[in-house]
Parts: sequence; C-alpha cells; structure tokens
Amino acid sequence: MKIIACIKQVPDSEAKVKADNGAVSWGDAPLVINPFDEYAVEGALQQKEATSGSVTALCIGPESAKEALKHALAMGADEAVLVSDPALTEGLDTVGAARVLAAAIQKIGADMVVFGRQTLDTGSGLTPAQTARVLGWPMLGLAGQIKVDAGSVQVERVTEEGRQTVKANLPAVISVVQSIGEPRYPSFMGIRKASKATIPVWALSDLGMSAPAPTVTRSELLNPPAREMAIEIVTGDSPEAIAETLVEKILAEKVL
Amino acid sequence: MKTFVYIDHFKGDVQPAAWEALGLAKSFGSAIALVFGSNVDDVIKNAFEHGADEVLLADDSALKDYRAETYASTLTALASSLSPDLILFPTTTRTREFAAMSALDLNSNVITDATAIEVNGERIVVTRPIYEGKLFEKVTCSGSPQFITIRGRAFPKPEQQAGKSGTITKVEAKTDSLSTVDGYSVAEVGVSLNDAGVIVSGGRGVSNNPSLQAPAGLDDKQAEIWKAQQGFALITELATTLGGAVGASRAAVDAGYIPYSNQVGQTGKVVAPDLYIACGISGAIQHLAGIRSAKMVVAINKDADAPIFKQARYGVVGDLFVFVPALNAAFKKKLGK
Repeated sequence: MKIIACIKQVPDSEAKVKADNGAVSWGDAPLVINPFDEYAVEGALQQKEATSGSVTALCIGPESAKEALKHALAMGADEAVLVSDPALTEGLDTVGAARVLAAAIQKIGADMVVFGRQTLDTGSGLTPAQTARVLGWPMLGLAGQIKVDAGSVQVERVTEEGRQTVKANLPAVISVVQSIGEPRYPSFMGIRKASKATIPVWALSDLGMSAPAPTVTRSELLNPPAREMAIEIVTGDSPEAIAETLVEKILAEKVL
Repeated sequence: MKTFVYIDHFKGDVQPAAWEALGLAKSFGSAIALVFGSNVDDVIKNAFEHGADEVLLADDSALKDYRAETYASTLTALASSLSPDLILFPTTTRTREFAAMSALDLNSNVITDATAIEVNGERIVVTRPIYEGKLFEKVTCSGSPQFITIRGRAFPKPEQQAGKSGTITKVEAKTDSLSTVDGYSVAEVGVSLNDAGVIVSGGRGVSNNPSLQAPAGLDDKQAEIWKAQQGFALITELATTLGGAVGASRAAVDAGYIPYSNQVGQTGKVVAPDLYIACGISGAIQHLAGIRSAKMVVAINKDADAPIFKQARYGVVGDLFVFVPALNAAFKKKLGK
C-alpha cells in the first residue's frame, strides 16, 4: 500500500512568537516538523508495517522545509517530496494548499493520505478535509486508530462526544490525533539515511498548475493585548486561612 | 445581510457556541438557523427560543449520523440556491470539517476560531488567534458566502425566550456519503473544556505527594501514575464543586496521568474560562499561550519562581495536596454547598 504523510514546518511550540512590523517573528527558535504531523508520520509508518507498504512524506514550503522532511525520513519514511515555488511564498491559504497537495498526491499516487489534525501556526485545521474534497476521496477525520482490510479502511474517530467507528473504501484521506500512538524517535540508521537523502523539489509547473488565487487575506497582525499582571501571592497562618482569603478575593472580583 | 447559522448538535445536544453564533447573527440583522439531522424537533424548538427567525431544515435518516460528505453537500446545495452572505458556525470538530469542504465547493474559504467580527458594509473583518493565541490576525475572505466558525465563549449568549416559534422550511438533504458509520462509544465526558466557565488543571506536580504510599506490586512508573490519579481526584473534586472541567498540562498528559482530551495548551486545547486554577503546573510557554484568554488565573505551586505565577492574578506558594482540599472546603462553605 502506498501511503503519503503530509507535513508542514512550523516554529517550535516553545518559541516566543511576536508580531514584528506586520510579520510573524519567532526569534532564533528553530523551525521543526509540526508536532501534530509527527503523529501523521507515526500513523503512516504503522500502516506501512501492517501492509508491507511504503511511506512518502510530502511538504509544501521553502527549501529549508527539507529539514522537516528529513525528520520524517529519519523516523522511517521511504521517500520525501518538497513542493517549493516562489509563487507560493505569500498568501497560500488552506484552499490553495489543498489544491497543490492534491495535485502532488495525484502525481505520486497513493492509497492513503495521512495528515496531522492541525498545524501550530495558523492552525485552522481545514487542509485535510479540503484536500479530500479536491481529490473526491472519503475524509476520515481525527482518527485515533486505523485498520486496513483489503481495499477498505476502518478508523476510530476521536470526537468531543466519544468515539465513532467509520469505514470507507481506499483511497482515502485520514487525519490523526495523538491516540494514534507516540511518534517514534528517529533511529541512528534513520538519521544517517536521511542526511544522505536527495529530496526532489517540485515547482508548480511540475504539477501542471499555477499558484492558486488566495481567498483569505490578512490585513493586520496583532500581539495579544497586554495583561495587567498584578500578581498577588496570598499568604496566611494555615492552608485553611489562605483558602478562605483566596475564595473571598475570587468571589469579590465576580468572575464566577 | 443574509446570515445563516449552522446549529451544530450531537444526537440533539446543541453546542452552546451555536447559540452564541445565533446571537451574533441577530446583531447583524435577521438570523436563519440551519438544522441538519433526523428527528431534531428539540433542536428546532431551541433554535427559535434562542432567536432564530426561520429554520431551514434538512431532515433525512441519512443525516442521522454526521458524515463529512453528506453534510458538506447538503450545505453546498442550499447555499448555492439561497445565496447567503454569511454562514456562521460554532467551532467544533464537525463544523471545521464539513464547512471546509463546502467552502471549497463554492470557491470560498472558512475563517476559523473568530473572536471578533466587524462588518463594514460588504466587507467582513474577522479577528482570530493564530500560533494558538500567541498572536492575533485580522483577515478577510474574498469568497461568497463567507464561512466563519466562532470560538466558544467569545460572543455573548442570547437569552432564551420560552415558547417563541417561527417558520420551518424544508431543504433537500444530500445523501451521497463516501463512508459508513459502524458504531459509537460515547465517552463519559464531564463539562467540556471549550465551554467551561471554570477549569481546574493539574500538571506534573500532581504525582509528587510525599505522604502517599502506592499499593504494593506496582513498578515505579505505575506507582507514579497511581499517585498522579490520587492528585487528579483532588482536582476533580474542586472542579465539581465549581461546576467546572478538569484540565491538564502537556507534561501531565505525556507522563500518562490523564488522557489527551484533557490537555490545555498550544498542542492541546485553547480555553477561555472565567476562572482557571492551575495546580502543580510550572507554566511552559505553550501552556501559557493556551490559557491567555482566561479571565482570571489562580496558580498553586510549591516553587515560588514557577513561570505560571507571571500570568496569574492570585498565587499560592504551597503544597497542592494540602491546599487544594482546603480550597475546595472553603468554596463549598462560601457557596453553600
């Protein structure tokens, strides 16, 4: 079975992200594979092992996003493809990303496409479903478990209300949540393999398309309103006395 | 402005943010509620009582269970024939998915997690958090209709007017699904983190109760988890007293103390309660980002230098295993419980 894991490169979750002259700045924090996409790679590798298949990691981004793809290779992906084009640097929204990914998925060929549930940057979580819609494939979102059985796939979806078991024919698009299992650490051999790998870079012309027109445009970038951090450490003679004072203070501010 | 509001429900239980969306729509003019499903009389009744002027109903046994394709195609069909300017949704796992597909069908897009919406004539400017609350952006969608999902608790909830009713118009259900539902197991969830007015959260510190002795026969890791569960039991008692939800830091989740569904922070859930009580949470930057919209943060930690105190209104430096039960007792006394 041919599996594609779609990944993105984002600033590390510990980064201090700020608005700086209308642009997003994350200081000298590293760019890493989107943490949710590590679960996508893990889910894809589990299916590769279950079906003696192969995993291709796919990413849209600048040349530097090859580092995220190398992480996927080091975890055990067989191949990686980067879609990179100067026309994509600005204003690629989720619909645009879905159209580009769908074209790349068609070119690679796949029985199953796995996404993380959302990205940590703009984080709207729309791309998996929109990619499925462009492809005309079933969308099985928020899977905590995947089982493939002769041309069909069954997933257990983890939703607000509980777990829903859903079945569809392959090919299908799946997004995964953390219950899929902890992402494996890259092995020493994997890291060596990844460092030597040549990653093909496809431009939009290789996909026979031009840059999708943006549907959503940003007019302003704002730092969150500064909070008045008037911390008051509550003290007292005993935990009971502190608790009583604290409860009075909380209730006096009428937040409840 | 012609505004539709999708009333998201699970087996008849409506997501509270759907009513907030209805209230928001009314502030722009009239509000037409969209109800999908089968046997959804209660949802319709509630939609009218929360301010809907009209209900568009797609009632079909094929819509009984949510499926991305059927819901997306039903929405696309009714939006193409009725041409609304704006469709509002509460942000849920379902709406993110099928709104995304329907918007693609209509050459538009979805703006998710709106925390503010300004209408300037034809132009709608939406404020939404990005980088999980570390930044905000103002964006505009050039497509029509506009699809906007609102963040829970960001907009006021309208008053319910008992007995109010209105016109129900049936619309066509699209029933071509690409997948089948084999079953459900409904989780025992308490108050959801997204809707909670109060959240009491535990961190790595909940497993460090020195006065507890784990039962014999457990290995070190099992003993640690057992201790953490005793700690979370204290946190749950306090949350129950306050009618709130139980949260956790990533460290507590990664250590296996509590499921992922309880995780607050950048890789978990971004929350906006009135009161957030952090117990034994040091305050990693991604956790602080997730609680930025809390109206009041109270931190309990034995380390006076823990970063969580920088974002707290009130702090208590001390042992959570002693203090949390004391706080629970004090709340019970004051609230007469």
